[in-house]
Amino acid sequence: MNNPTAAPPRPYDPEAAFENTIARDQRIEPRDWMPDAYRATLVRQIAQHAHSEIIGMQPEGEWITRAPSLRRKAILFAKVQDEAGHGLYLYSAAETLGADRTKMTERLIDGGQKYSSIFNYPTRTFADVGVIGWFVDGAAICNQVPLCRTSYGPYGRAMVRVCKEESFHQRQGYELLLTMMRGTDEQRAMVQDAVDRWWWPSLMMFGPPDDDSPNSARSMAWRIKRHSNDQLRQRFVDMTVPQAEKLGVTLPDPDLRWNEERGHHDFSAPDWDELKRVVSGDGPCNAERIARRRAAHEEGAWVRRAATAHAAKRTARLREGAAA
Amino acid sequence: MSTSTKGDWPLYEVFVRGKRGLNHVHVGSLRAADDEMALLHARDLYTRRNEGVSIWAVRSDTIAASAPDEKDPFFAPSGDKVYRHPTFYDIPDDVPHI
Amino acid sequence: MTDEHVYVDGDSARWAFGTGFTDPLHGVDQAVPDGVDAEDLAACCLALGDDALVSAQRLAEWCTRAPELEEELALANIGLDLLGQARLLYARAGRADGTGRGEDAYAYFRDPEDFRNVRLAELPGGDFAFTVVRLLVLSVWRLAVCETLAAAPDPVLAAIAAKSVKELAYHRRYAAEWTVRLGDGTAESASRVRAALDALAPWLDELLTDRAAARLGVDPVAVAARTRLELSHVLADAGLNRPDDVSRLDAPVPSLPGSGRDGEHTPHLAPLLAELQSVARAHPDASW
Repeated sequence: MNNPTAAPPRPYDPEAAFENTIARDQRIEPRDWMPDAYRATLVRQIAQHAHSEIIGMQPEGEWITRAPSLRRKAILFAKVQDEAGHGLYLYSAAETLGADRTKMTERLIDGGQKYSSIFNYPTRTFADVGVIGWFVDGAAICNQVPLCRTSYGPYGRAMVRVCKEESFHQRQGYELLLTMMRGTDEQRAMVQDAVDRWWWPSLMMFGPPDDDSPNSARSMAWRIKRHSNDQLRQRFVDMTVPQAEKLGVTLPDPDLRWNEERGHHDFSAPDWDELKRVVSGDGPCNAERIARRRAAHEEGAWVRRAATAHAAKRTARLREGAAA
Repeated sequence: MSTSTKGDWPLYEVFVRGKRGLNHVHVGSLRAADDEMALLHARDLYTRRNEGVSIWAVRSDTIAASAPDEKDPFFAPSGDKVYRHPTFYDIPDDVPHI
Repeated sequence: MTDEHVYVDGDSARWAFGTGFTDPLHGVDQAVPDGVDAEDLAACCLALGDDALVSAQRLAEWCTRAPELEEELALANIGLDLLGQARLLYARAGRADGTGRGEDAYAYFRDPEDFRNVRLAELPGGDFAFTVVRLLVLSVWRLAVCETLAAAPDPVLAAIAAKSVKELAYHRRYAAEWTVRLGDGTAESASRVRAALDALAPWLDELLTDRAAARLGVDPVAVAARTRLELSHVLADAGLNRPDDVSRLDAPVPSLPGSGRDGEHTPHLAPLLAELQSVARAHPDASW
């Protein structure tokens, strides 16, 4: 060293390193030091997101066996499969924070962790498959594209994969609706009915309004979230209105109109009390969704145990073979 | 070994070679009871869209990793070895193919 | 808010469908060649197509019910492969039988007695052991058939079979590995595999004496011998090689009368098809 009298190097200050990384808009990686609350917030958000993908398989999954053409059957099968994959990408991101997937699943089925309220609504006709693709996956893309740049590296990387695949989901939904709108009067009525039923729950997907969203500010400061609920909701409405016009359906909000001054559409707020009810477990399908997930988890236990037992036996046999 | 009576499967990290000529790149993790299962799961989960030509699946608990706070001792020493980089060397513009 | 894009590659529209996909029938002449009996060809395509569709439907029933999330992906991949095979085979059948029907006409607008799948494929789902053992039997058998058909005199069927071989080799591997895990795993899982073998045994003979592809160069005796041999290897690896386990395959219980290949089905096919066809038949003039 040139100057032996210089101050000794400062001890590594993990908190400063963390703040500095966030301030420079760089990514936090799994083995970095992070505040407990940052870790807990991420685990909660990523687990909720993963659970949403897994529970989200159910409303559409019910239609795979009934899809009215083999092409639609293949598309829907692949789409619902993707959702299982997205759930796994996200659980895998949560596991880098020390969360355990089995425990997260247990928290989901005992009601301790939430999932998106939208999946507690029933799918009544095949048009719902199209509208879910268009609205729900469209809303998910609005939510998720900014998350590709979220401050936690593994979460952002999982979101990049998810978003790329979701673009297929939204397009297949819209294409199904376009085809149905060119079909019979009955089909057009099915599409409009599905639009009427899914519009408000889709707006609720962005969460409560900003002035009633207690954790948002901190998540934004940590750059976990990058836009507020209301900003994202506005983006979704602005994106969807011209698509609805092209499709020839009416969005069920008489107050929906373009506001020249704001450069955005004005629209009515959904029923926030309904959102609270659905989130707290009192939606049309909450019990059914959780029961299905619980049954799969519990009925699969013997399979998982058998595979574990086989792996242990095989390792033991190999060891005996090596010792002999 | 994970032999919990609940049958939880151990975590594997997955690396995929996107195409010939590229390195395997870490793409995420999954759970599997054994190595064969890990490979099939990796294929189903991470290469549904022709994303890969080769897969490695490695038990997460067998990976040795540097600690983040070792960053300086680990990586700083290479920061001043500018002579390892080709741009360190001034070559006249009219020398071809170099 | 600024516009944000996740697409780092230029070819984003193709992402969802992957890249480098090949049409298995690209450049293959669709005409039925001279020397190929169109009726035999149509019957073969229909039989193998129905096996695939019915199997895919049974696999789709697992959706959201699989024992682990990774298995959701695996079972769906296999189901999608089989669905893809069914679609190609129906298209070929429509050409060969001269009706020009499309895939959906075969899948949605035929009644149970017009289906030609083996009854093994239509048996109700059962547990995961039943699913993997049935998948093992069907994929070992189908792989042997398709390997021969890859050299069939009809170039379209040959191309479909060649594509199927790659997929079926994976299905066989998946099913064989799971059969071994379950057979060797715990007392419960082993007993479930034995129960699955018992439930499937009465239907094996129909599969192993099947002649659907016989006139296109497939020797049913050779296929049966190979299927039995491969199954016995997997069962041995699974620790299921006690004499009474092996006898489950070597001396199958007397075959049940009738054949799915002649449209004689179990009572389980009608409800499977009723569900599969429900929306399409409720809206016969609709376009999807």
